[in-house]
Amino acid sequence: MAAYALRRLIQFIPTIFGVILILFLLLNVLPGNAALMAGGAQDVNVDATYIELMKKEWGLDQPLHTRFLDYMGRLLVGDLGKSFLRREPVADLLASRIWPTLKLAVAAMGIAVCLGVPLGFYSALRQGSWADTGSMVGAVSGVSLPQFWLGLLLMYLFAVKFPVLPPQGYGDGSLSHILLPGFTLGVGYMALLARTTRAAVVEILTTDYIRTARAKGLPGIVINRKHVLRNALILVLTTAGLQFGGLMGHTVIVEKLFSWPGVGSLLVDSIFQRDIPVTQGCVLFLILVFLLVNLAVDLLYAVIDPRIEYR
Amino acid sequence: MKKLIVAILALVWLVVYDGDLYGLDPHKCTRIQEFLVLMNIYRSLYRWDPDKSMPVLDLATRAEISADGLTYTYHLRPNVKFHNGRQMTADDIIYSYNRIADPKLKSPSVRFVRIIKGAGDVIDGKAPTISGLKKIDDLTLQLTLADPVNPSFSLREPGMAIVPREAVEGKEDLFHTSAPVGCGPFKFVRWVKGSEVVLEKFPEFFIPGRPLLDKVVYRISNEASARDMAFRAKDLDATIVGSAQYEAYKNDPVISKNMIEVAEMFTRIVGFNMDFEPFKKKEVRQAINYAVDRDLIIQKLLKGKAFLATGWLPTSSAAFDPTVKPYPYDPKKAKELLAKAGYANGFTIDQAIGTGNESWGVVVYEAMLPYLKEVGITLKIQQMEGAAMVERNKNGEFQTFIWSIGSGPDILGTLKRFHSENTRAGGNYFNYKNPEFDKLLDRAAAERDSAKQLDVLKQANNLLFEDTPVWYFNYNKAVLAQHPWVHGFKPVAIELMFQDMTEVWVDDSSPRAKQK
Repeated sequence: MAAYALRRLIQFIPTIFGVILILFLLLNVLPGNAALMAGGAQDVNVDATYIELMKKEWGLDQPLHTRFLDYMGRLLVGDLGKSFLRREPVADLLASRIWPTLKLAVAAMGIAVCLGVPLGFYSALRQGSWADTGSMVGAVSGVSLPQFWLGLLLMYLFAVKFPVLPPQGYGDGSLSHILLPGFTLGVGYMALLARTTRAAVVEILTTDYIRTARAKGLPGIVINRKHVLRNALILVLTTAGLQFGGLMGHTVIVEKLFSWPGVGSLLVDSIFQRDIPVTQGCVLFLILVFLLVNLAVDLLYAVIDPRIEYR
Repeated sequence: MKKLIVAILALVWLVVYDGDLYGLDPHKCTRIQEFLVLMNIYRSLYRWDPDKSMPVLDLATRAEISADGLTYTYHLRPNVKFHNGRQMTADDIIYSYNRIADPKLKSPSVRFVRIIKGAGDVIDGKAPTISGLKKIDDLTLQLTLADPVNPSFSLREPGMAIVPREAVEGKEDLFHTSAPVGCGPFKFVRWVKGSEVVLEKFPEFFIPGRPLLDKVVYRISNEASARDMAFRAKDLDATIVGSAQYEAYKNDPVISKNMIEVAEMFTRIVGFNMDFEPFKKKEVRQAINYAVDRDLIIQKLLKGKAFLATGWLPTSSAAFDPTVKPYPYDPKKAKELLAKAGYANGFTIDQAIGTGNESWGVVVYEAMLPYLKEVGITLKIQQMEGAAMVERNKNGEFQTFIWSIGSGPDILGTLKRFHSENTRAGGNYFNYKNPEFDKLLDRAAAERDSAKQLDVLKQANNLLFEDTPVWYFNYNKAVLAQHPWVHGFKPVAIELMFQDMTEVWVDDSSPRAKQK
C-alpha cells in the first residue's frame, strides 16, 4: 500500500504542473495589472514612476516565459512568493486563512453527515412512503438551493426576525458564529449525502445476504445495524470524502457573504486585484487538498473493505 | 443620555474592487478601503474638515506662508503623542515624508510628496533626502514647495500620515501587518483578515476628552445584501447604503430619519474620444447631452440615488456654480444640432465600453439606447472589468466610455485632467484640447488670491460644461444609514466612508451600550 501511495503522490506532479501552467497563462492574459491596482485602481492620477517601479519589482516587465520559469524555480524550493498588493509572503497570508476555512468545511461536513446519512437511511427503510417522498423532494431542493440566497434567508430568519445568532463575522470563532455559514455551506452536501445513502441502502436491502439474514430470523434492528449500515457506509464514505476535498474550494460564496476570513475570500479578492502570486498560492493549496483527500479516501477503502487491495 | 461604548461600522469599499485591506502601513496603501480605517489610527499634517469642505491644519496650530507662496512654516502642536507614548516632533514629519519619497519603499503616495521641493530628486534616486524640509526646532517645521500650489490638499491625504521611526525601522513587515503605531485617536487592537479590524481609544490623544468611543470595530463585508441583513439585525451601528437598498431604507419610517446624504466628489459621465470623427464636432457632443432624459434614468434606474450633473465639479465643490442649468431633455434640439454638424442621418458608435457597475456601468448605456436611436445614433456596447477599461482608456481604444471619476477635492487638480498638456495616461482619456480652457487653467494656477482663483476655476468649469467633452450624467449621492443611537457622523463630501471617529458617540439605547 505504501508503494501505491507513493506512486499516486508522484502522479500528482504532472497534474499540479499542468494546473500551474494553465493558471499562469490565464492570469497573465487577463487585461489589467496589479500595478494599476496598487496605484489606485479607481481613476486617481496614478504616478507613472510608481507604476514602473512596481512593475519592475514584481517582474511584470519580464517576458512571460522568464516569469514562469522564475516562479517554478521558487516553487520548487517551497517559496510561494510575495503578494503584490499586500506586500506580505503568500505563505503567511495563506496560513492565517487555512484554519477558518478548515473549520467552516468541517462544520459543513459535520452538518451534512449528521443530518444527511440518517435521513437517507430512514427514507430507504420506508421506501415509497410519504416520509420518503417528502425527504427526497427536500433533498433535491437542497441540492438546487443557491448558497447566496439560502445564506441571506438564514440571516434574515435567525439574525433579523429571531435574533438568536450573529448575522456575519468571525467573532471569536465560536459555535454561534459558525452555525449559519456552516449550515448554508452544508445543506447542498447534506442533500447529496441523503440521496447517496438512500440509493446505497435500497440496493443493499435487495441483496441475497440480507434475505439470508432475514430468513435465519435475525431481528430487523440487527440486520440494519450490522449488515445494511456497514455496507452502505463504504459508498457514503467515498461520497463524503470526495466532497470534502471539493468543499474547501466551494467556500468562496459563503465566506464572502458571511465575512468569513478564509481562503475562499482571499482567492476572490486576489483575482479581482490581479494579485497573481496570491491567486496561484490559493489555487495551489486548494488543489493539493483536493488531491490529498482523494488519496486518503482511496487508502481508506482498503481499511473498510478488506476485499480491496492496492498494488 | 449617557455616552457610548462600542460603535460597529460596516467596512465596505464603494468601488468595483472590494475585499480585505491590503495592510496597515499608510505609506504602502492607496485605497479608500484602507484609509477609512487608517485615518483613525494615524494623523496627517492637515485633515479634511467636512463642515467647511476644505482641508484644515491638524498636527500644527498655525502656518506662516512666505510672500511667494513657496515656503510654509508650521508651528506644531506641543501635545501630540504616538501610541508608543513618545511625543511627535518636526523630525517625525521629515522622516515620514522622506520615507514616502524613498524609491525603495515604492509608496503610492509619491504623487502627494512630489509637491515638496527636492522630493522629485529623492523619488528618482538622485538625492538621499528631500531638500525642501527643514527643522527649525522640535516644534517648528519649514517646508518649501516645488511650485506655488496649495499644499493642504496633498498633505491632508491619509497616505501622508506621520509615523514614528522607531516603530517602522527594522520592523517594516510587522508595522504593515500587525503593529501599526500612529498618533490618531484610536490604537490598533487586531485585524482578523477578511473579517474585521478592531481599534480602541487612545487616552493620550492630543484633543483632551477625545475620542468619545472606547472601541471601534470595522466589519469587512462587501456584499450589499449581507450588510443590509447585518444592519437590520442591529449588528452594525452604521452602514453605507447601496442603490438596491436605498429605496427600501427611504421608505422605512425609522431608518429614513437617520440617513446622511451627500453629493460625493465623483462625477459620473460618458467620456467622448475626441479622435473619433463625429466627436470632433461640438454640436454632436452637445446633441447627445440634449438627446437623453437623464432625469428619468436617475429616477428609474438609480432609484433617485444620484444628483443630476450640471458640470464637472460637484455641488459640494467651492467652485460649483449653482446658477448653471442642466441640459434639458430636448430630442428636437439634438436632431437640429446633429444636422448642423452634418450627421442628420446619425452615426454608429462601435466601441461604447463600460463596466458591470449597477450605477455607472453598461446598464446606463442600455437605458440610453432608445433615446440615442431616436436621434439616429446607434450604440454598440462592450462590457469589461474596471482594470481592462482603464487600460483601454489610457490607450484611447474606445469611442465612448462610461465611468465614475473623482472630481475633487482639489479643484485645480481635477480640472487639470482636461488640460491639453495632460496625456491619456495622465487621465485625459478624451484627448481633449481647448486652448481657451488651457488659458483659464494656467491663469488659475498662477493666481495667488484664492477668491480670484476660485472665480477663474468657476469659469473654466462652466466652459467645460458648455464644450461637453463628456455626457454629463450625475454626481454620486452617497448615503450612510445609522441607528438612532449613533451620533456624530458627518456628510463627508470627499468620501462618505472617511468618517473621523473622534467626535462620534453612541448613547445607551445601543444594544452594545453595556458591552466593554
